[in-house]
Amino acid sequence: MSSYSITAPTTAQKWGAGILVVLYAVITILPLLWIVTTGFKSQNDAIAYPPSVLFEPTLEGYVNLFTTQTRISDEELAENPPETWYDEIAADRGMSIVGPSRFGGRFLNSVIIGFGSTFLSVFLGTLAAYAFSRYKVPLKDDLLFFILSTRMMPPIAVAIPIFLMFRSLGLSDTHLGMILLYTAVNLSLSVWLLKGFIDEIPREYEEAALIDGYTRFQAFVKVVLPQAATGIASTAIFCLIFAWNEYAFAVLLTSGNAQTAPPFIPTIIGVTGQDWPAVAAGATIFLVPVMVFTILLRKHLLRGITFGAVRK
Amino acid sequence: MTRKSSEDRFMSETAIDRVAQATPPRVARRIRGLPDRAIAWIFIAPTIFLLLAVNIFPLVWTIRLSFTDYRVNRPNNEVEWIGLRNYERILTDSDIWKTMQATAHFLFWTIAIQVLIGFTLAWLINKKFRGSNFWTTVIVLPMMLSPAVVGNFWTFLYQPQIGLFNTVVGFFTGADPASFSMIGDVNLAPWSIVIVDTWMWTPFVMLICLAGLRSIPESIYEAAECDRASKWRQFWTITVPLVLPFLMLAVLFRGIENFKMFDLVVQLTGGGPGNTTTLTSIDLKREAFERWRTGFASAYAIILFVTVFGLASIYVKALNKVKER
Amino acid sequence: MKRTLTLTAAVGLLCAGSGAAMADDLTLCWAAWDPANALVELSRDFEEQSGHTMSFEFVPWPNFADRMLNELNSGGQLCDLMIGDSQWIGGSAESGHYVQLNDFFDEQGIDMADFIPATVTGYAEWPKGTPNYWALPAFGDVVGWTYRRDWFERPELQEEFMATYGHELAAPETLEELMHIAEFFQGRDIDGTTVYGASIYTERGSEGITMGVTNVLYNYGFDYGSPDDPYAIEGIVNSPGAVEGLEFYRALYECCTPPGSSDWYMSENIDAYRSGQVAMQMNFAFIWPGVNADENVGGDRSGYFPNPAGPAGHYAQLGGQGISVVSYSDSQDAALEYIAWFAQPEVQERWWEMGGYSALRAVVEDPGFADSQPYAQTFLDSMAIVKDFWAEPAYADLLLAMQDRVHNYVVAGNGTAQEALDGLVEDWVEIFEDEGLR
Repeated sequence: MSSYSITAPTTAQKWGAGILVVLYAVITILPLLWIVTTGFKSQNDAIAYPPSVLFEPTLEGYVNLFTTQTRISDEELAENPPETWYDEIAADRGMSIVGPSRFGGRFLNSVIIGFGSTFLSVFLGTLAAYAFSRYKVPLKDDLLFFILSTRMMPPIAVAIPIFLMFRSLGLSDTHLGMILLYTAVNLSLSVWLLKGFIDEIPREYEEAALIDGYTRFQAFVKVVLPQAATGIASTAIFCLIFAWNEYAFAVLLTSGNAQTAPPFIPTIIGVTGQDWPAVAAGATIFLVPVMVFTILLRKHLLRGITFGAVRK
Repeated sequence: MTRKSSEDRFMSETAIDRVAQATPPRVARRIRGLPDRAIAWIFIAPTIFLLLAVNIFPLVWTIRLSFTDYRVNRPNNEVEWIGLRNYERILTDSDIWKTMQATAHFLFWTIAIQVLIGFTLAWLINKKFRGSNFWTTVIVLPMMLSPAVVGNFWTFLYQPQIGLFNTVVGFFTGADPASFSMIGDVNLAPWSIVIVDTWMWTPFVMLICLAGLRSIPESIYEAAECDRASKWRQFWTITVPLVLPFLMLAVLFRGIENFKMFDLVVQLTGGGPGNTTTLTSIDLKREAFERWRTGFASAYAIILFVTVFGLASIYVKALNKVKER
Repeated sequence: MKRTLTLTAAVGLLCAGSGAAMADDLTLCWAAWDPANALVELSRDFEEQSGHTMSFEFVPWPNFADRMLNELNSGGQLCDLMIGDSQWIGGSAESGHYVQLNDFFDEQGIDMADFIPATVTGYAEWPKGTPNYWALPAFGDVVGWTYRRDWFERPELQEEFMATYGHELAAPETLEELMHIAEFFQGRDIDGTTVYGASIYTERGSEGITMGVTNVLYNYGFDYGSPDDPYAIEGIVNSPGAVEGLEFYRALYECCTPPGSSDWYMSENIDAYRSGQVAMQMNFAFIWPGVNADENVGGDRSGYFPNPAGPAGHYAQLGGQGISVVSYSDSQDAALEYIAWFAQPEVQERWWEMGGYSALRAVVEDPGFADSQPYAQTFLDSMAIVKDFWAEPAYADLLLAMQDRVHNYVVAGNGTAQEALDGLVEDWVEIFEDEGLR
C-alpha cells in the first residue's frame, strides 16, 4: 500500500482508531493485571473490603503456592526460628513450612503430558499430513472430514467410555493415558494445519530429489521436513497450548498421579478459605510459557487457531 | 534412467518442472523405495488408528451404553437392555430442555457480541495506526489463559464487595458496587458468563476478521473511489461481503467451542443460581459423573453430538456457498 | 519433647506386637484443607516409629466427592487410607470399597463406645444403627456459627438493639433471634464500611446449600422419613414445618446476606467474615482454629455459638469423616497399623491440640477440654445435637435433587417453598423406587 493511496486512512482516522483500540486493550487487560497483581498481595489485601489498589507487595502467594504449611504456636516458633526468607514469610502468619506443595508436581505433569502429547501429535500429524498432501488416498476428503469431526465431540460426551476403557486398560490416571488422549484430540488440528503447510512446499523439490536417487522416504526426511520446519514448530505450539490449558478430561480422568495444573489451580485452598494470592500466583506462572509462545508466534497465530483455514 | 547427471541437479525450477512432468508415472513409481501407496498408508495408519481407538471406539461404546441402564458405581447390578427408553426420557425431560435453552442463549449472545466487537476492532486495527501490532498482541492475551483458571478467577472479580468488576462498573455509573451481583442474580447470571466468554474470545473473532480485511485487494477500493462510491457504500458493498466468509468461519469455530462449553462456566457459576446457567455439558457431567447414570448420560451425549455434528454440517454447506459467490 | 517420647514407646510396642512388618508406602486421601496439613504433621510420628512412609493426596472440597468416588468406583489403588465423607459410607460399604473393621477393632481392643456416639453413627456404621463398622471416627465436624464479638459488645449497638427487638444483642439461642441480629447488622455502617448480617451456605455445584439449609429445616420439623420407615418421606420432608423452615432460609438469604453471596460455601464464607463484611458466619467447626488465630478477626474479636434452636427442635448439620481402609489397597496391613496408631488416646489428644477435632471421648470429656480453646465448649454443645444427611449408596442422587430444588427456590427465587419441597419428595421417591427401596 503506497502512502499516497487515495484509500489510505487519514491521520485523524488513525488517531481515532488508535484511541478506541487502546481503550479496549486497557479494559481487556485490566482483569489480567488484577490476576498478576493479586499474586503479589497478602491474603488480607487480596480480599480487602473495599478492594485495595495500593498494597505492599509480598511473595506470600508464591510461597503458599509452592509449600505446604501448618499452624504453629508462638512457643514452637520461638524454639525453631525461621531460617530462610520463605520460612520467614510463613512465620509472619504464624505458620511453619512442612514441605513442598503439590503445585510443583502438577506443573511437572503439565510439562510431561503437554510436551509428550505435542511431540506425538506433531509426529503422527506430519506423517499423515504428508500422505494426504502428496498421495492419492482413497476417500481423502471423507477421511479429512472425519479427522476434523473428532474435534466436535464434547469432551464430556466421550469421557464416560474413555473412563471405562482407561480403567480396563490400566491407563486411568497415568501420564501415558493422558498423552494418548490429548494426542488424539490434537491430531485433527495438527493434520489440518500441517497439510496446509506441506501443500505450500513445491512438489518439485522432492521430485528433484527423487530423480537424484533419493527414496520417497529419504526425500521426505531430507527435503520436506526442513522446509516444513516453521510449520511444524507453530503446529507444535498450538497443540501445546491446548494440552496445557485442557480441563475437562483432566478433572474427570486424573487424580493424584497424572493430574495437570488447570484442575489444580482453582482449588488451592489456604488455611482459611481460597488462597487468592496463591491462585493468582499459580495462574501467572502457568500463563508465562504460553504468553511467550504467543508473542513469538504472532505471525502464525491465526492459522493455528483456525485449523489452517485462514492462512495469514 | 535412475540418475540424472550432476549438472541437472542445479537446473532452474522450470527445468525440473519439465523433467518431472516428462517422467511417466509408471517410471516414477519404480524409483527405489517403497511404493507410494504403501508409504501413504504407513503414514496415515497411526493417525487413523489412534483416532479410532480414542474417538470412534468410545463413541460406538457410548452408543451401545445408551441403550442400557448401566451405572458405573453399581458394579453388582445386572445391566439391562432398555432400548430407546433413555432417549425418550431425555427428550421429554423439561429440565433438559431448559439446559438447551440456556445453551442457546449463551451461544447466540456470545457469538453476536463477539462478532460485533471483534469485527469493529479488526476494522479499527486495519487502519494501521502506530503501535497497532503491539496492542493487537495485548488484546490477544486473554485467549491464551486456561478457561478453568479464568472462570475461577472471575468469581473473585465478580464479588460485589471485594471484586474488581462491580467496583469498576460502580465507578463509571455511580451505582453502589454492592447493589448488584453478576453471578448471584437470576437475570444477570446468564450475562455474567457471556461477558467472561466475550472477554476471553473476542480476540479470536478479531484476528479472523483482520485476516479477512487484509485479504481484500486495495485495487477494489481504488476502483470504487474512482466511481465516487461513498465510504459508507464501499463498506457495505466491498468490505462486508468480502469479510463475510471469514466471519462465518469465526462463527463456526466459536459455535462448536461454545456448544461444548464446560470448564469456564462450571468454575464460574457451577450452573447456578438454580439452573440458570446449567449448560448442557454441565448437566451431562452431573448425570455422568455425579449421579453415575452411565446409560442415561450416554444417550444424552449422543444427542448432543448428533446435534452439534448436524448443525455444523449444515453450516459448513452454507459457508461453502458464501465462499463460492 | 516429652510427648513424642511416650508416643515412641507406644508405637514401638504396637509394632513389636504385629511383628516385623515390611516398610510400606501408604497413601492417605482426604480433602485439601487445614486439618489435613495438621494430619501430615501428626503422621510424622507414625512414620518415625513404624518405618512406613506416608504420602498424602488431598483433593479440594468442591472436587473431593467426584474425584474420590471416581477413584473408588474404578477400583483405583491410589489411596490405601481414605478419610471419606460421612455420606459415602453406605455406598462404599455396599460396593465393597472399604474393608470392614469389626474384627480388627476387636483384635486391637478399640471400642466404639469410646467415641462420641454421633460420630460412630455418622462416620462408621452401615447400615445405620447396626454394629458394622467401616471406619474409625477421625475428624468430628459440625455446622456452627462464628460472630463478631467486638461488634456485638459495642454499647451503642447493644442499646439500639435492645430498643428495637426487646432482647439483648448476644449470641442467639433461637433462629428467630439470629434473624433479628442479622437484620440489625445488614447494611449497617461499622467504622466507615457497610457490613451485612450473616454469610450462609448457598453453593450450587456440590453440597453447599444443602449443608446450610438443613440446619434450619431440622429445627422446623423436617426429617428424613418416619422412624418406622426411613423411606416414607411424604408429609415429613414437605411438612408444614419444613416449608416454614425453607421460607426462613430464603428470608435470611434475601434480607441479611452480603450481595452476591449466591454460590458460597466454606471458603467464601470465611473470606467474607475475615474481610469484615459480615457480623455472623455459618460454617463447619474446622475453621474455628483459623478464625481464632486470624490477624483481622481472631482472639477476643470473635465468638462461637452452636446452631440456634427452632420451633420444632434443636439440631445441627453433621460434617466430619471417618478413616477407612480401601479394599483395593495392596498395603492393608500397614493401613490398619496406621488406624491402630491413630486411635491411641495420646495421638488423639495431640490431634486436638494441632487443630484436629478428635472424636475420642477421653479427649473431649477431659475436664480441661472445654476451656482449652475458646471454641471447645461450642464444639461439644454442637456435637451433642447433630443430624446427618442420607448416607445411602444413592446419596449423590438424593443430594443433587436437593441442591437443585433448594437452590432454585432460595437463591433463584423460583416458585414457592411448598413447591420446592413437594418437588424434592417427588425426586426422592423416584430415586428410592429406582433403587428398589420402596
